[in-house]
Amino acid sequence: MSRAFLVGASVALLAVLLSLRPARRGVSVVDPVPGPAAQAARPATGQQQLRVQVPPPPFSEGVFPCTDCHNDKDLPSNRTRRQLVDAHDEIVLKHDEEHRWCLDCHDADNRDRLHLAGGQPVSFEQSYQLCGQCHGEKYRDWRAGVHGRRIGQWNGPKEYLLCVHCHSPHQPRFKPLTPKPAPQRPTRPAP
Amino acid sequence: MKEKSDGVTRRKFATCTAAAAAGWALTACGPRRLHDVPPDRLRELVREMEREYSAQYGKHVRVSDAGAVPGVLFGYALDISRCIGCRRCVYACVEENNQSRDPQIHWIRVLQMDKEHGVDFTHADPYYQPQEVPEDGHFYVPVSCQQCRDAPCTKVCPTGATWAEPDGIVVIDYDWCIGCRCCMAACPYGARHFNWRTPSVPAGEINPAMHYLGNRPRPKGVVEKCTFCIQRVRAGRYPACVEVCPVGARKFGNLLDPDSEIRYIIEHKRVMVLKEELDTMPKFFYFYGT
Repeated sequence: MSRAFLVGASVALLAVLLSLRPARRGVSVVDPVPGPAAQAARPATGQQQLRVQVPPPPFSEGVFPCTDCHNDKDLPSNRTRRQLVDAHDEIVLKHDEEHRWCLDCHDADNRDRLHLAGGQPVSFEQSYQLCGQCHGEKYRDWRAGVHGRRIGQWNGPKEYLLCVHCHSPHQPRFKPLTPKPAPQRPTRPAP
Repeated sequence: MKEKSDGVTRRKFATCTAAAAAGWALTACGPRRLHDVPPDRLRELVREMEREYSAQYGKHVRVSDAGAVPGVLFGYALDISRCIGCRRCVYACVEENNQSRDPQIHWIRVLQMDKEHGVDFTHADPYYQPQEVPEDGHFYVPVSCQQCRDAPCTKVCPTGATWAEPDGIVVIDYDWCIGCRCCMAACPYGARHFNWRTPSVPAGEINPAMHYLGNRPRPKGVVEKCTFCIQRVRAGRYPACVEVCPVGARKFGNLLDPDSEIRYIIEHKRVMVLKEELDTMPKFFYFYGT
């Protein structure tokens, strides 16, 4: 009788202890800029999501919104793959350029956004979804906070950067930097 | 029966008691180590430091006495497949932690190594200075305090002036350091630095957000080292080197939190520590992110 009671009591204690474990924080399910679709897809769980900020995409000066020029009235879409000569000819594509050109990522129907390989539109603020289609491993690391730079709190809100803040989408290789001065060699004062 | 005196005379007893009392008085009434100073006395000491440094540098200095948070053990990871050796971290650290500009003290030393040799300290060059980094055929290993769990430096200190805090940060009490430099000899990573001359930081460049175990000004004749930016991380922030790294090679977090970035790295990446054979158990990990 007392043995059965002991077993029962220890099971109950274990259950209580397990239920007291702290709730896991949503660190690894970061969605830096939850768009309307993402918000609708994720039901409110009551779990506190980390608020992650991303600075605006690094557009060249005066280039956005693209529809200022690219609209049906002024400039109808030409979907033929070609070398650009009239505008944007400063952009040199070094990113799988043999297989791709502008409209593989930029959306011909609405130039203010991008599109995925399957045609689904993506805003410039969520361009990481586009990058993640090919660079899945990097994308997972980035979401986990391991690939890329973070600013903020190690246990709280932090600012992420978009892929394109460090990697130009047209020439993604990281540019070399000038190093800061080397340390002084040890010196001995004159005798 | 005759009572036998076995050596404890009245005179000896009095002498020993007096000596013991004097010893107690010297240790109890003298300056206390910051290691075991009571919280209210620590607050007084910190306020004194604030007054002294504010007057010295002509700006409002705040010295934090934030203690370790229970359930936190700090760890660091550095991606050597990403580091390009630009030394941004070195100078961000100097500014954040009030390191002496002249004579120069750098808590971080970036070693350029040959890909041919791998991680090999006999082929490491800290003085590289090309026009642009990274250079072909080389990779870069920044080395600072490895915050060992079994830290040799803390074991050799004759005055107990250096110890590991409960959150794993190895710190130094600059008031109790006697400058014997035993810890520098004991450290296998060259991570400790000695103030051979009076350190100098221009008043305009002093960082007024200080911690009593970290970046407060140091006198001549004491040892100093990386504290994971104790003044920042105990306030929840990333260390300065983490935030400044342009390639995002530096990662920091709580080793006891299974959801932290640092745990993700340890569980998913190829990770190593420097000089593993010495069994110092660093909490500073190097990993290959690619």
